[in-house]
Amino acid sequence: MNAKEFDVIIIGGGITGAGTQRDCAMRGLRTLLIERSDIATGATGRNHGLLHSGARYAVNDAESAEECIKENMILRRIAAHCIDETDGLFITLPEDDLAYQKTFVEACQKAGISAEVIDPALARRLEPSVNPDLIGAVRVPDGSVDPFRLCAANMLDAKMHGGQVRLHSEVVGFIREQDSIIGVRTQNRLTGEIEEYYAPVTVNACGIWGHHIAELAGVNIGMYPAKGALLIFAHRINNMVINRCRKPSNADILVPGDTVCVIGTTSTHIPFEECDHVAVTPDEVTLLITEGAKLSPALSSTRILRAYAGVRPLVSADDDPTGRNISRGIVCLDHETRDGLKGFITITGGKLMTYRLMAEIATDAVCRKLGIDKPCETATTPLPGSEERSYEAVAQKIWEKPSMAQKAAASRMGTGAFHIQSGDRQDDALICECEEVSVGEIKFAIERMDASTLTDLRRRTRVGMGTCQGEFCACRAAGLLAKANGCVEKERKGLAEFLQERWKGNFPIGWGDTLREAEYTQWVYKHVLGL
Amino acid sequence: MKLQEYTISKHNFEECMKCTVCTAYCPVLQVNPMYPGPKQAGPDGERLRLKDPYFFNYALKYCMNCKRCEVACPSDVNVADLIQAARIRYDRSKPKLRDRILASTDFMGTLARPFAPVVNGVTRLGVTKSVMDATLKIDHRRSFPKYSSRSFESWLRRHAKEQAAFPEQVAYFHGCYVNYNNPGLGRDLVKVLNALGVGVQLLEKEKCCGIALITNGMSDKATRHATHNIDAIRKAVTDRGLTVVTTSSSCTLTIREEYPNLLGVDNADVRDSVLMATRYIFERLEKGATLRFRTDYHKKIAYHTPCHMERMGWGVFSEKLMRMIPGVEFIQLDSACCGIAGTYGFKKENYEASQAIGAPLFEQIRAVNPDIVACDCETCKWQIEMSTGYTVENPISILADAIES
Repeated sequence: MNAKEFDVIIIGGGITGAGTQRDCAMRGLRTLLIERSDIATGATGRNHGLLHSGARYAVNDAESAEECIKENMILRRIAAHCIDETDGLFITLPEDDLAYQKTFVEACQKAGISAEVIDPALARRLEPSVNPDLIGAVRVPDGSVDPFRLCAANMLDAKMHGGQVRLHSEVVGFIREQDSIIGVRTQNRLTGEIEEYYAPVTVNACGIWGHHIAELAGVNIGMYPAKGALLIFAHRINNMVINRCRKPSNADILVPGDTVCVIGTTSTHIPFEECDHVAVTPDEVTLLITEGAKLSPALSSTRILRAYAGVRPLVSADDDPTGRNISRGIVCLDHETRDGLKGFITITGGKLMTYRLMAEIATDAVCRKLGIDKPCETATTPLPGSEERSYEAVAQKIWEKPSMAQKAAASRMGTGAFHIQSGDRQDDALICECEEVSVGEIKFAIERMDASTLTDLRRRTRVGMGTCQGEFCACRAAGLLAKANGCVEKERKGLAEFLQERWKGNFPIGWGDTLREAEYTQWVYKHVLGL
Repeated sequence: MKLQEYTISKHNFEECMKCTVCTAYCPVLQVNPMYPGPKQAGPDGERLRLKDPYFFNYALKYCMNCKRCEVACPSDVNVADLIQAARIRYDRSKPKLRDRILASTDFMGTLARPFAPVVNGVTRLGVTKSVMDATLKIDHRRSFPKYSSRSFESWLRRHAKEQAAFPEQVAYFHGCYVNYNNPGLGRDLVKVLNALGVGVQLLEKEKCCGIALITNGMSDKATRHATHNIDAIRKAVTDRGLTVVTTSSSCTLTIREEYPNLLGVDNADVRDSVLMATRYIFERLEKGATLRFRTDYHKKIAYHTPCHMERMGWGVFSEKLMRMIPGVEFIQLDSACCGIAGTYGFKKENYEASQAIGAPLFEQIRAVNPDIVACDCETCKWQIEMSTGYTVENPISILADAIES
């Protein structure tokens, strides 16, 4: 077999692409995934990280709600190490209409979502940070999910099933034969190298950038880029997801995610040209803080770590300027039946929550084209890392008396923690002190998880995601990368880029302790290290 | 679903800039690689513990609570408080019998006092030390504080009438050490204060401040002591209008800082009225009071500022008082921890670390070769006396010796 020939090429290293590659690989296809940057760089890594119960959509979009609750239950089984089963609250504040609660609970029940009305006093005990003025509360099976981890685990499983991955490779053209797409031409963004890959089917799983990829293939899909801005706080203040029990609106979800919590989002239509450089505006920051403090008053006095924004890959249905009334339903387009273009499928719409279902739908379409009849097993087979249900169990199996960093490694990698080197002082040394990431864990990410830049490492290990935003860990991790890649100059440049990118997230909220920290980081790098 | 009851963290934890100066100043980290260090155990670990109490690490027990990290911190993060608060909240291991014995300073004092000569004789014996080492894991190389046959409280009660005759009055929180081990220090304070025209009263039944209870995992009991003591102090301060003076830096820090910060016992209304006696005396002298010093007093005194005294920033008062004494050659020892940290150094597993931490201090004392080492803390005294052979006195006792009787 020529190494450049595959059964299916998947474009896009977000969760949809990674999920599709896993599904295809598990059904025995030879797969190649191409990503112009790194895993989870688009909408996958730029959202709340909310494991939707579906309750948010129950009233307006029953179909999405039903998909969510089904996938929610599946992900708890197959992706335990990516998920935090926190449960969620839908709270009614004095300014909200309590009557909506009834509509909401009924819609949830209809969609199969358990929604239990609880006493506000109980809500305050379950979630001490909730706005104490609440007048109503409903408990739902929300949770949080780490999208980077989920994406990496899907890709890792695909690779374990023989799949290949090309990161930092951008599709610059399609190879056609009459009315069929038979391959893609890529350019490596780090080395500039041009490559060609061949497959009878190509899947466009590029989120909002799928619009551009489709254009490149000569077909048009009407997408609607809707920007959502979010703020990350420096530590967790809530145990449970907190939502407002009202018609979905701006900044009404507070999600605890790993060591932080995230408030969001907004929704603004933006032109396609801005998708690559979305910035958070001061107005959005103000809105997020003001509305967020209504969910949990402690937010107003908690240090903000970063501001960021993602672009929802909505497929436009009408001219709604807010983008909120567009269904977040899954769209799978077979361009052969739609546009007469053979060998090309677009999978888009949907959301992080329903990525597995999207992957299943896309893989079914691929298999139909290839004449393969194999059942989908992704709903029942745990992802690598999720063979144990809890990180306590993982840590206990590996270490007799796990340290804080070892417990943290187990919580990030699940059973993958079995493979990291530990036990000697070198490997157990910490690279990232805020998130407790050890040398062993970084080495694993470099060797086994295709991390070639600092940002790649961040997505896989949480290096640089903590309070100091790369102040200490960035140069240490750069050292390990330089050692692995044998190039110091490149990593020095990478270090500067990484810190610049961290500052980009600090800038919109650059005041108080965050600014002090950024200033201090600058002193360290400029005046102590002389960079 | 897991519940984390403590979702809001205090102790200025968010202000940490990760500068790591606390880690550079931690005496434990320099000798014990098992300890994660104040930054890791404090603000860094706190983020993980807020996520899930599971991330609490047993290695936090190696923290001595010397508070040197807090003195070092430029961002005013109460690092040691974060660590101790985490131990209080999350450490579910039961205190060992040994820890209970070490922490119950007042109970042990009450038990030992009637048989003081026997107890003192027995605890000096090698065989006793070996037995305690083997059964309780109290290190056999340690010397134990001696107990006194008469408590300070009973002594002062007998002199209550003459004390009441002085025109001005203070209340004295003497602590377990003065009451059971060294009533002489209490009598020295009475002598100095009387010379200033101030009479000394007892609080209404003081209890042990509780510092050893906190560090040995008995915070419930410590909270009961704290509530009781603050009530007693409140009666003295509010009802009788008295200042409360102390001669132990650790008791003082506990009453002023640990009660509200770790135990949640509010002391805001009386906190400013609880002072180290050296500060109280210095302020009176500043306001014009005078002491008549002996002319034949000639001593070379090396002052070791206890860690908790440094945390309060009050070492300067003790220093100034000693410098006032004519005939004193005063040497300020380098800022360093002696390594004992209350009951910490008594534990077998900490002995080596404890002595290694104190080594530079001991070396400096030997090099200076003073007549007396001065220090406001009783456990530092035991540690320095045991490790160097030099006599250690509280600045109040030095003052009492230097004034005319």
